[in-house]
Amino acid sequence: MPIISPIPLQGQVRRPRLRFGLLAVQVGLAAVICVLICAAAFNVAQNLSRAHIASGFGFWNNTAGFDISQTLIGYSANASTFGRAFWVGLLNTLVVAALGIVFATVIGFPIGLGRLSSNWLVARLSGGYIEIVRNVPLLLQLLFWYNAVLKTLPELRGSLRLPGGAFLNNRGLFLPRADFGAPFAGAFIAIVVAVGAAIALRIWARRRFGVTGQPVPVVWPTVALLIGCPLIALAIAGVPLQFSELHVSRFNISGGVEILPEFAALVVALSIYTAAFIAEVVRAGVLAVERGQLEAAQSLGLRPHAALRLIVIPQAMRVIIPPLTSQYLNLLKNSSLAVAIGYPDLVQVFAGSVLNITGQAVEVIAVTMAVYLAISLFVSFLMNLYARGMSIADY
Amino acid sequence: MKCLTTAIALASLSLLATQPSSAQTLAGVKERGQLICGANGTLAGFGIPDPQGNWTGFDVDFCRAIAAAIFNDPAKVKFVPLTAKDRFTALQSGEVDVLSRNTTWTLSRDTSLGLDFTAVTFYDGQGFMVHKALKVSSALELDDATICVQQGTTSELNLADYFRSHHMTFKSVTFATGDEALKAYESGRCDSYTTDASGLYGERLQLADPGQSVVLPEIISKEPLSAVVRQDDNQWSDIVRWTHFAMVDAEELGVAKANVDEKKKSDDPEAKRLLGAEGQYGEALGLSNEWAYRIIKHVGNYGESFERNLGQASPLKIARGLNALWMKGGLQYAPPIR
Repeated sequence: MPIISPIPLQGQVRRPRLRFGLLAVQVGLAAVICVLICAAAFNVAQNLSRAHIASGFGFWNNTAGFDISQTLIGYSANASTFGRAFWVGLLNTLVVAALGIVFATVIGFPIGLGRLSSNWLVARLSGGYIEIVRNVPLLLQLLFWYNAVLKTLPELRGSLRLPGGAFLNNRGLFLPRADFGAPFAGAFIAIVVAVGAAIALRIWARRRFGVTGQPVPVVWPTVALLIGCPLIALAIAGVPLQFSELHVSRFNISGGVEILPEFAALVVALSIYTAAFIAEVVRAGVLAVERGQLEAAQSLGLRPHAALRLIVIPQAMRVIIPPLTSQYLNLLKNSSLAVAIGYPDLVQVFAGSVLNITGQAVEVIAVTMAVYLAISLFVSFLMNLYARGMSIADY
Repeated sequence: MKCLTTAIALASLSLLATQPSSAQTLAGVKERGQLICGANGTLAGFGIPDPQGNWTGFDVDFCRAIAAAIFNDPAKVKFVPLTAKDRFTALQSGEVDVLSRNTTWTLSRDTSLGLDFTAVTFYDGQGFMVHKALKVSSALELDDATICVQQGTTSELNLADYFRSHHMTFKSVTFATGDEALKAYESGRCDSYTTDASGLYGERLQLADPGQSVVLPEIISKEPLSAVVRQDDNQWSDIVRWTHFAMVDAEELGVAKANVDEKKKSDDPEAKRLLGAEGQYGEALGLSNEWAYRIIKHVGNYGESFERNLGQASPLKIARGLNALWMKGGLQYAPPIR
């Protein structure tokens, strides 16, 4: 079998035996690295104090005193601390990265498959998208989207009124807040029931497939359950959903949810840019599956769609996941370009305002780097778990 | 193995031995043959390159004055454009010798950054610019407004203070550079743009249509702008401080670019001491006794630099106001040279 499996055969792995000498060298090396890091830290602290530059994390609990435009947790310039500002910035980064990853994946997968399509138009359009987006620097794209958003939308006083009481202008998108009434608890319970039923259906279908070899449709019944159950619950209890009224004042629209243009531009730019790379990763993954696999599936009588879903994609995923992880990490790190358009992400708030007001560059930059490292390692960890789940064991 | 241990021991020793370059800024500048000056780069009137690439502005002239005092040549300066965010780090790390970039003197900056503020070269205060179409005539009408501001500035902090003390709310959009903040204001993202009043005059002129924006009358803060040096070099901070004092004293004594040679030969003892015809004052600073003569000869006195860059001879037309000499009701006052 020429298929290369990333999982080595069980029982045949030769683990290097740790001899005592080897162990001693490793422990010694680790100790030396520790000493070097400590010496560097000590040296930095000494030099800072010699230059009369404040050091340490004493600033963490001091009042920040500056305002932040987008705060997902409570924050006020007068009462909140630099530490709080750090969390606000971190959450803003995570929100952009999470949404960017979802959208980039949703856009990238179809485009990657589309480039392989036998349909001439679809293949060319996908190829054109990839080549254009991939070859223009992200910062330029970001500025393009930001200016496209700012320049084309009307001012506050000429806001576009959207259906449902929403407003759109160059300050952002203002949506009425949805207030959920008590019967919504019923709909929530219905969703929980639907999820439970869907899981049960899946387990039963798999077992039945194992026993009889007959496939049971799972996807459509699941969708029907998830949408249908809450709808039935609401139909019985009546629709209690109410939307808050937006108040338009001289300078502001208040009383609802606000999506800032900086946020929108950043998510759009990151999603579109990363999607082009993800599309190429997907294409590479699909092409890596041997043609014989597809031919075998066809000779077994599988329809093209079933062959793609059951034979090609599961094998392609093994190739796709590692580079896909890199793209997710790139997106996360690229989100720090937020600085260019004034979106208050971690770098803008913490390594920008906080650093400058406290003047403690070494501490602030060290914390910022540690945070990016930690998030990146966590994303890698999750993707490795997923990769393990997707891997095909050879027997 | 032994070799490795030795190498590591040496490496850690060298790490421990690394020290920041301290003191002797003057010697370094002389050896290099040029002064490196941290400047604004985008602020008309204070520090901006003209279309030919020559740096101009009030803060720029101050660095030229220091270069003139040291080298007798105001052109021996290299200007490094710095954002508000980067300016202190650039000075701390030794990337620039002096920071002359409309920087407000505050206690926390003076004490925690390892830096020294030399002397107030310009008394400023924070103001607001708004779109004319809003028909706002006072900052007190800005309740609920969206305001663009440059981050890492005292403006960012004063803004929150001002609205809090007047029981008003606001939304801020902060940008890393003043340019970006101004562009966002211009595109209508913000109702108002705030920075030091002197800066507002300069930046208003950079808008596509300056007539569509007005500067509000309120000045909400004290912004004493000063040059900044590292704290570890007293000689250097004396040179920078006395460069400003010499320019102010020259204006007070009526010594200007045009009459500096006459004044040097005149009977006025104060002018003679200033211009190095009497006494050894320049050598006490580590410079030539002609240090102040060179400053006035090449750059001019305080008033000349002000008028040329900010005052009536400039597009900004800023009145002397607080920056008039103490004798004329202003705050500019320099200790005597004797």
